[in-house]
Amino acid sequence: MATAISPGSANSGNSNNRTRVINALEIAGLSKSFGGARALDGVSFSLRPGEVHGLLGQNGSGKSTLIKVLSGYHAPDPGGSLSLFGQPVPLPLLPGQSKQLGIAFVHQNLGLVPSLSVLENLRVGAFAEGRGLLINWRAERRTARELFARFGLALDPDATVANLPPLERALLAIVRAFADLRHADSGGILVLDEPTPFLPRRDVERLFALVRGVVREGASVILVSHDIDEVMEITNRATVLRDGHVAGTVETARTAREDLLELIVGRRIEAHRRAAGGGVPTHRGEAGGIRLSGLTGGGVTGIDLACRAGEIVGLTGLIGSGYAALPYLLYDPPRGVAGELLIGDPAAGGHRVAISRLGPGAAQALGIALLPGDRLGAAGVGDLSITDNITLPMLHEFLAPYGLRRRQMAQTAGRLGAALELRPNRPALPLEALSGGNQQKVLLAKWLHTKPRLLLLDEPTQGVDFGARQQIFAALDAAARAGTAILCASTDYEQLAQICDRVLVFRGGRIAAELAGDALSKTAIAHACMAAPDEPLAA
Amino acid sequence: MATIDSAVGTTPAAGAARSRKIAWKTELERFGLPLAWLLQIAAFGLAGPPEFMSWPNFASMFGSQAVLVVLTLAMLIPLTAGDFDLSLASTMTMASMSTAMLGQHGAPVSAIIPIALLLGAVIGGVNAAFILYFRIHSLIVTIGVSTAVNGILLWMSDSQTISGVPDDLVNWVVVERLFGIPLSFYYALLVALAMWYFLEFTTIGRRLLFVGRGREVARLNGIRVERMRGGGLIAAGMIAAFAGVLYSGTTGSADPQSGLQLMLPAFAAAFLGATSIVPGRFNPFGAVVAVYFLVTGISGLTMLGAQSYVQNLFYGGALVIAVALSQLVRNRRPQNFS
Repeated sequence: MATAISPGSANSGNSNNRTRVINALEIAGLSKSFGGARALDGVSFSLRPGEVHGLLGQNGSGKSTLIKVLSGYHAPDPGGSLSLFGQPVPLPLLPGQSKQLGIAFVHQNLGLVPSLSVLENLRVGAFAEGRGLLINWRAERRTARELFARFGLALDPDATVANLPPLERALLAIVRAFADLRHADSGGILVLDEPTPFLPRRDVERLFALVRGVVREGASVILVSHDIDEVMEITNRATVLRDGHVAGTVETARTAREDLLELIVGRRIEAHRRAAGGGVPTHRGEAGGIRLSGLTGGGVTGIDLACRAGEIVGLTGLIGSGYAALPYLLYDPPRGVAGELLIGDPAAGGHRVAISRLGPGAAQALGIALLPGDRLGAAGVGDLSITDNITLPMLHEFLAPYGLRRRQMAQTAGRLGAALELRPNRPALPLEALSGGNQQKVLLAKWLHTKPRLLLLDEPTQGVDFGARQQIFAALDAAARAGTAILCASTDYEQLAQICDRVLVFRGGRIAAELAGDALSKTAIAHACMAAPDEPLAA
Repeated sequence: MATIDSAVGTTPAAGAARSRKIAWKTELERFGLPLAWLLQIAAFGLAGPPEFMSWPNFASMFGSQAVLVVLTLAMLIPLTAGDFDLSLASTMTMASMSTAMLGQHGAPVSAIIPIALLLGAVIGGVNAAFILYFRIHSLIVTIGVSTAVNGILLWMSDSQTISGVPDDLVNWVVVERLFGIPLSFYYALLVALAMWYFLEFTTIGRRLLFVGRGREVARLNGIRVERMRGGGLIAAGMIAAFAGVLYSGTTGSADPQSGLQLMLPAFAAAFLGATSIVPGRFNPFGAVVAVYFLVTGISGLTMLGAQSYVQNLFYGGALVIAVALSQLVRNRRPQNFS
């Protein structure tokens, strides 16, 4: 599978050894399985001291699994090896061990406590270790100022993190990780896991300046990213993962953008296997569809789109590109979002509403349903029964003069469950007792029963096994055939290619490309997502 | 909730084959508290004086503790919606004080009760306004309101117990009896029945449950979360006010300090009740059983010669143990009352 245009990292590692450079980090033959699925398959990876090494790949390619093995969160399958600065380290790593070994992580959520000060956040790791009982705040403040000054940062140690702009928070998190590394004698390894998606271009420059500063101080950096251009800009080398394999490791300066993209996406030609009935959009339902115009705010700008009744339209893009916000903006918009939604044909019982007037209740009244991605945090309540969860939007159907018909509620829940082959189909079970896929079936069945005009989905099959996934697709297909317009936000390109009639690719909060018909394939979506920005960079 | 431990992922057939065994376990969990109550009665009957096992003793206990039952039931509504209302005991006292004072001025029962209920609704409304508009945690607001109401009570009554409750009310609460038990007990049972029906068989009751278990889920399902919470606090205030009317009817007077002694027992009973009948859920019949379980324990211990300190010890201990038990039922997941 990993036939690549450049040799794998194991080879380049060997050549390094010949030139007597001891790699900061050397991984060989690392695998990790989840159940039957191999998230990492014989991955080898090397990080030279003082380099910035990009780790690229699509969602599900194994990037985050690799990082989580390094942080000690996942235990890898037996057989792999890890060495740091020439010293073999036994796997699996214990949680917390990586820090002692001189590896520090900055994750996308940054791990800062917003209500505390910059200084407190900076030192939280040191406080956790609990060396010494008393804190000399004056000395801490002085040390922090010196540290910031070294990197040319103008951070006030006493500022509250919540008041900092996003860039400064990211910078603080990176400086903190670096400070945690300083007692590692070998300069340490800094792992930056997608630090940039929510930063504007100018801020990315400043963040990269800090990364270069950190490298000058002796650290080696692994930068995990989706964004080819950023990786091209800052890294010395880059390793591309695809489907759990190393697709290749390249010297960034000597590699063309297209070649890197090729490595990420792969050359595999996909068979067309569109869900039955989903391929040809039906025109009969023009009147039942939706038309969105001028949606601006909440991370997107000037979005115009239409979705006919019976059509499934995919929304995708890189993290931070705005596609993920769209389902929520049409259902539960925050203040200040402008735009207009036309639902149905105004001449025949349709409605024209300002987005700002929508809210969960108003949206439902218009026949809009949202299935959020956060299954047990926003979509359903885990410790309530399947019956309770599934009947919530249709309680009025069970209302008799003497109260709710509880038995009928349970029967309906059982019937809806059976239709989606829920396993086990016992309506009295709490929702959380089901597997992720079955939970999703319950939550989907709940909304499909209301026969929505517009169904909004956010990552509908995340963490859902293959079988349940097919059943969910079939249910969506059936809903579409019954006239529901479906907008599905996802980064699962394969899924989008399988179920969607059209896919809209977002970049920088706008729709950058539309794929439909023969042009719609997993590879094409990936290409469109990672294509070069069509606007010149603001230097 | 009841089947939380049942086999997951087994085929339906295997599940059905096991269901008999599982049912035993859940039934024991559901009826553990009533069973413990009966055992407790038997133990005190054997160890205690003969008058413990007499019907008049039980009848008077059932009647006199009806106030606590109604107060506990009042707490269930905000608890179901995920709010703590610590002011309900003060609301109760306020209602009983106004009952006594209006009675002194010769007001008829038919006027007193609506006024008392209205007062309860007003205090609930004040709580709701602060909790929902300013988004303050319910604990903080209701502790503050509770203390303020107490202050008003002491001022109103000059810190004295006020008598003057209309005879009609006393007659209809404790003097009239059915099977030897004062009518107040049946009023409390009626409130429990109404609340059970409300929580289980109305759409509002269902929505209230979702509001308490998952605010965000409820909101995204189009439930008007704030309206539900506010309504819950107001309804709780009215039920607590009804408890106050019963209190005046039971004692024939109003004591400005009485509420303080009932707040903790009511909480203990609400949480203990949530481990029973419908385990893992605040439920009215569980609460009723819990009240009488606690009260029987205290009355039995007192008859055995325990001093009055046993009351605090028992109620306080029961609250902590009850919450610990209900956490075990919930598999020790962190509770998220916000």
